[in-house]
Amino acid sequence: MSITPPAPNTPAVIEFSKVNKWFADFHVLRDIDLSVARGERIVICGPSGSGKSTLIRCINRLEEHQTGCLKVEGVELSDDVQAIESVRRQVGMVFQQFNLFPHLTVLDNLTLAPMWVGKLPKAQAEERAMQQLRRVRIAEQAHKYPLQLSGGQQQRVAIARALCLTPKIMLFDEPTSALDPEMINEVLEVMVELASQGITMVCVTHEMGFARQVADRVIFMDEGQIVEQNTAAAFFDHPQNERTQDFLSKILAH
Amino acid sequence: MHPAVFIPIAARQPPSPALGAWPWIRRHFFDGLANSLLTLLVLALLVVALPPLLNWALVHAVVQADNAACRAAEGVGACWGVVAEKGRLILFGRYPYEEQWRPLIASALLVLLLIVSCLRRVWRPALAWAWVGVFTVFYGLMKGDLAGLTAVDTERWGGLPLTLLLSSVSLVVAFPLAILLALGRQSQLPAIRTLCVIFIEFVRGVPLISVLFMVSFILPLLMPQGAKIDVLVRVLIGMTLFTAAYLAEVIRGGLQALPKGQMEAAHSLGLGYWQIQRKIVLPQALRLVVPAIVNTFIGAFKDTSLVTIVSLYDLTGALQLALGDADWRKFFIEGQLFVAAIYFIACLAMSRYSQWLEGHLNTGTRRQ
Amino acid sequence: MIPPAPPPPPRSRAWSWRSQAFRGWVYQFLTLALLVLAVTYLLSNTFANMRTRGIQSGFDFFLQPAGFAIGESLFEFDSAQGYWVAYLVGLSNTLRVALLGIALATVLGSLIGIGRLSNNLLVRGVCAVQVELTRNIPLLLQLFMWYFVMTELLPPIEAPLKPMANVFFSKNGLQYPLPEWSAGHWGTVLGLLAGALAWRAWLHRAHRQFETTGHQPPVPAHLTGLASLLLLTVFGWLAGGAPSALSVPEVTEINLVGGGAVTPEYLTLLIGLTIYTSGYIAEVVRSGIQSVAYGQHEAAQALGLPRSAELRLVQLPQALRVIIPPLTSQYLNLIKNSSLAVAVGYPDLISISATSLNQTGRAIECIAVVMLCYLTLSLLTSAGMNIYNRRVRLEDR
Repeated sequence: MSITPPAPNTPAVIEFSKVNKWFADFHVLRDIDLSVARGERIVICGPSGSGKSTLIRCINRLEEHQTGCLKVEGVELSDDVQAIESVRRQVGMVFQQFNLFPHLTVLDNLTLAPMWVGKLPKAQAEERAMQQLRRVRIAEQAHKYPLQLSGGQQQRVAIARALCLTPKIMLFDEPTSALDPEMINEVLEVMVELASQGITMVCVTHEMGFARQVADRVIFMDEGQIVEQNTAAAFFDHPQNERTQDFLSKILAH
Repeated sequence: MHPAVFIPIAARQPPSPALGAWPWIRRHFFDGLANSLLTLLVLALLVVALPPLLNWALVHAVVQADNAACRAAEGVGACWGVVAEKGRLILFGRYPYEEQWRPLIASALLVLLLIVSCLRRVWRPALAWAWVGVFTVFYGLMKGDLAGLTAVDTERWGGLPLTLLLSSVSLVVAFPLAILLALGRQSQLPAIRTLCVIFIEFVRGVPLISVLFMVSFILPLLMPQGAKIDVLVRVLIGMTLFTAAYLAEVIRGGLQALPKGQMEAAHSLGLGYWQIQRKIVLPQALRLVVPAIVNTFIGAFKDTSLVTIVSLYDLTGALQLALGDADWRKFFIEGQLFVAAIYFIACLAMSRYSQWLEGHLNTGTRRQ
Repeated sequence: MIPPAPPPPPRSRAWSWRSQAFRGWVYQFLTLALLVLAVTYLLSNTFANMRTRGIQSGFDFFLQPAGFAIGESLFEFDSAQGYWVAYLVGLSNTLRVALLGIALATVLGSLIGIGRLSNNLLVRGVCAVQVELTRNIPLLLQLFMWYFVMTELLPPIEAPLKPMANVFFSKNGLQYPLPEWSAGHWGTVLGLLAGALAWRAWLHRAHRQFETTGHQPPVPAHLTGLASLLLLTVFGWLAGGAPSALSVPEVTEINLVGGGAVTPEYLTLLIGLTIYTSGYIAEVVRSGIQSVAYGQHEAAQALGLPRSAELRLVQLPQALRVIIPPLTSQYLNLIKNSSLAVAVGYPDLISISATSLNQTGRAIECIAVVMLCYLTLSLLTSAGMNIYNRRVRLEDR
């Protein structure tokens, strides 16, 4: 499938300006400046502890930044509860540990938010849920409980759950890191399909093959800073900074 | 898109929080209407209740063992003189007055042993011998009738030494029994498993008082004719059986928490059943549940108060005894507060220790 | 065509020590034999001792008149009735204090448990102090303290406290007015039932509305349900003729006569048990709430669920699964702890059996019956909990 990068000068949907975050005294995000255009697909990589998960969790306010300005879909994120709620309605998130609700069936997991946040009637919510389940190719498991599914299936359900709210931006926080190797591919296939449909994606991952195939831009973070960012081809073939080269040599060695 | 030149940024200190004292207070005490109301309510209660309480307990209190002064201060000040006057009766029960140095030393030894046993460095087989030794010395000191000490019958033992003796002996003797019960409950042999389940569920399903009644009234009937059995021994047997059932469940929890791979590895090495239990299963399972075992000890310590009902005067019972005196009966509450304070300090210390232990024991099993 | 498989060879029974099955049988046989020997020995001792001491055996004494009065009971009892009636009175007294204690302790314990997780430091501190105090002091001592308050610190019957009109609180316990039953009260009962049904109907309607349109009714269904319950009950009462006869405690020369009454012993036991058990229930509730993984909270936040919906749909169902089993064992503990009634003079099951034991000397029968009663209660509660556990178990592979 062809993945077309967004046209230049598309408006930015996510804007970081000089964003800083501390965990107690630990300076985890340092002067982050980042702009994500609508329809752009970003992959963030880096060693553990570099702040990449913290960065994307700031986008839907699961983490609070202390200084700097962060705007999502034109709304500035701050203590304002209304702002946070409106941002969360437009941003979907997929977690490393899936975080499905184990006491609800797959279908109930998906209809929960549309009914309670989107105020959809039950029939419509279920229809939308089945649509998303078909999209991730897991419609036949709709009436099972999460713990009855394999890891790969659970993560696909988690993706479908996030998509049920028709978000404009999708965030992925190491979606395949907790999966057995043979299940990683089924999840990556779903993410590639999603990418080809034009949704804005910010993805933290170690899957470099996926990054090469899908990303418009790859960002390397280390010690809380963005060290290098480039198009996928240029990033992997001609890394400029020596820290990037060091990291890539470790990751791509085997 | 061309890559910018990369300039590393050094770590900085976080901005000093725009929060001062007032925002902190607001967040922790006045966060929303309900919280604010609750804060005001609690503050009002404290303001109304605390000053008169402190007045009664400290300012106008009578500390000397002077009955007349206490009566004069009745209602206005606490009579801590009760403790001064009846303290030894409460702490040592009906033990003869002149010989009370013996239970004092015996209790001190036992408490010392308990505290030393808490240190992990000391957890070696030699510790078991230390326990045996201290128990023997305890019994010898209390019972007397040797080395020039006058004999004191077990019926006169009471107060704090009795509480310590009952809880520690019942736990120590119940331990091997509980291990056997727990292993039996996991056994593949149906007869043994059923017997263990019946015993455990039976003892856990009935109140401790009924067990104490049972040993007081029925145990003498089970003895061969002419044999007499000491009240203290009867009660010890009852408490031991009761503690064993609860301890067995605690140990069973540890056995179930052990990864199955341990048993499989041991079997594949060709070890026999009892070798596996002794060398591999029990050391790990017991280590997993040491905090729960300490909690069982705390429970046994509090449960010894029930022996008052079968006429053994432990700490709680000795209190009832001491305040049977009509002169001092009015000042019941000061005596109760004194005994409550002893229990509170002892149990709080033990439960804090158990929490600390829980935190520390797991670090050995987790990957650093 | 595949020929049919030959039948499996017969299992050879190895009657040797090397067979594991054989060893198992031998161990079990030895254990049982030992048990039988021990029981026979003890029984023979027992019978010999009973003969020497002239103790009779048999359960027939249960039909004989009890010969003692019981301080308080739910129904009329006089000393001419059989022992078995006395035991029933004891059982009813135990249940009377235990069931109310369980209800109160659950409510109080849940509040304190939730309070320990509050942001408000004062509330958190007060709850922590309550839990530590009640868990580190023996129950018997707490009961003695409450008994002292009830019987020494309260005013005497001649000058009681009057917290409300016609309610008297003194050393003799609590006396309160009791509505007298008349035929008109059936109207109130019917009204109450109708109100309960109406509440259910309102909830059902709100749920249907939410499912079909996605919107909730402007007034919460629980409020309209409660309002209809109250309205229908009052309506039923009016329809029954508005009976308002009350039996009011009246001051006579030595006593208060009439109305409903509870003794200080009952109050001691109820208050002591409630406060003691609520400390343990608070810890159970707190650890249950904290056991829900933080990831669930994050997922709910990422979906934009409002806090109230998150609590109700995500946190509470998962927390309850963790809370219910230890909560049930706390209920069992409360039932067993009610046996401490014997120390404060409340005539529960154990007190009555102790009295019977003293009078008849039939220790084994009396204690056996008591243990059987408690065992039945325990096993019933455990069975109920197992059923609940099986139903709500998180389905996995």
